[in-house]
Amino acid sequence: MIVLHAAILIFVALAGTAVVLTRNPLSQVIGLTFYGLLLALMFFVFQAPDVAFSQIVVGAVALPLMVLLALAKIRNREVKQRMHHER
Amino acid sequence: MSFRWRKSLFVLSAAAFFAFYLWGLRGLPGLGHYPGPYGDIINAVVVSERHVTDAVTAVNFDYRGFDTLGEEFILFASVMGAMVLLRKSEDEEIDPPLDFAPDRVAPPMSDAVHLLGFLLAGPLLVFGLYTVTHGQLTPGGGFQGGVILASVPLMIYLSADYECFCRITSHTLAEVAEAAAAGGFALLGLIALLFGLPYLQNFLPLGETGNVASGGSIALISFLTGMEVAAGFVLLMMVFFSEAFVLRAIGEDKPEKKRKAR
Repeated sequence: MIVLHAAILIFVALAGTAVVLTRNPLSQVIGLTFYGLLLALMFFVFQAPDVAFSQIVVGAVALPLMVLLALAKIRNREVKQRMHHER
Repeated sequence: MSFRWRKSLFVLSAAAFFAFYLWGLRGLPGLGHYPGPYGDIINAVVVSERHVTDAVTAVNFDYRGFDTLGEEFILFASVMGAMVLLRKSEDEEIDPPLDFAPDRVAPPMSDAVHLLGFLLAGPLLVFGLYTVTHGQLTPGGGFQGGVILASVPLMIYLSADYECFCRITSHTLAEVAEAAAAGGFALLGLIALLFGLPYLQNFLPLGETGNVASGGSIALISFLTGMEVAAGFVLLMMVFFSEAFVLRAIGEDKPEKKRKAR
């Protein structure tokens, strides 16, 4: 059990650091999703299934979705501005 | 502020933070050695006092139901905030979306994604309803079940298309459901006042431990929370989708093209 606890904590720490160190927002969202799933696994290992439930959906589905949609919107505008300048 | 100044400020505060952090860690109880009395008390009395087998749900919707009401309204307010910020105003300038690569055809959705989405949507709906209604017996409850329910239309969007997502969701219905559920939660507390009890006190018959109909108002609050959370998340999805997607659909529409031609 101790090994499992330590392993999941280390994985969460590594994934969190990786998310922070990623500079490209798109890859960062993918990393964040993975981090969210790991976090849910951690809650489960530490016997908090109630929290793990919501973490799976919020961390791995809802949050990445919002960020991805916002990124799509921003990118649309950026490309348009660039095209406007080139003209 | 120059870079060197900023760096030294960071190093200094990071060192101070780390020292305090280590000092704080020393005072932590060991893993699995819970020091406080509250958890033990709840664990000892929850089944006999509330006829509920999931202590977490009992704490959330009964012992600290008032806190949950506040949390519920945090979600309510943030969904409202997102909707107000992303609303379509009359004089808003809609820039028609651009197809970045008109010469390329978007690759069709893979059969695996199609199939998985359709296969998951049904069971997910049932599982969400189960989680909402069985919060007093097993892990889960209103919030958890609500977010699971909200992911069902998302599955349908993934396996079908945006049009299908629009067909199965209703903005008006989601709005009404969210408002009614949030208001219902607050109203339920007021009903307790009518009986001369404190606000949000559990006033319904507790039922038999282990039955779905147990826990008194816990089950009802859990259901209302599930409704509010599911509707809130669906609303959020709808406003975000309409920001990022509908504009593109309009661009392919005929009236929009006419305007471009002028």
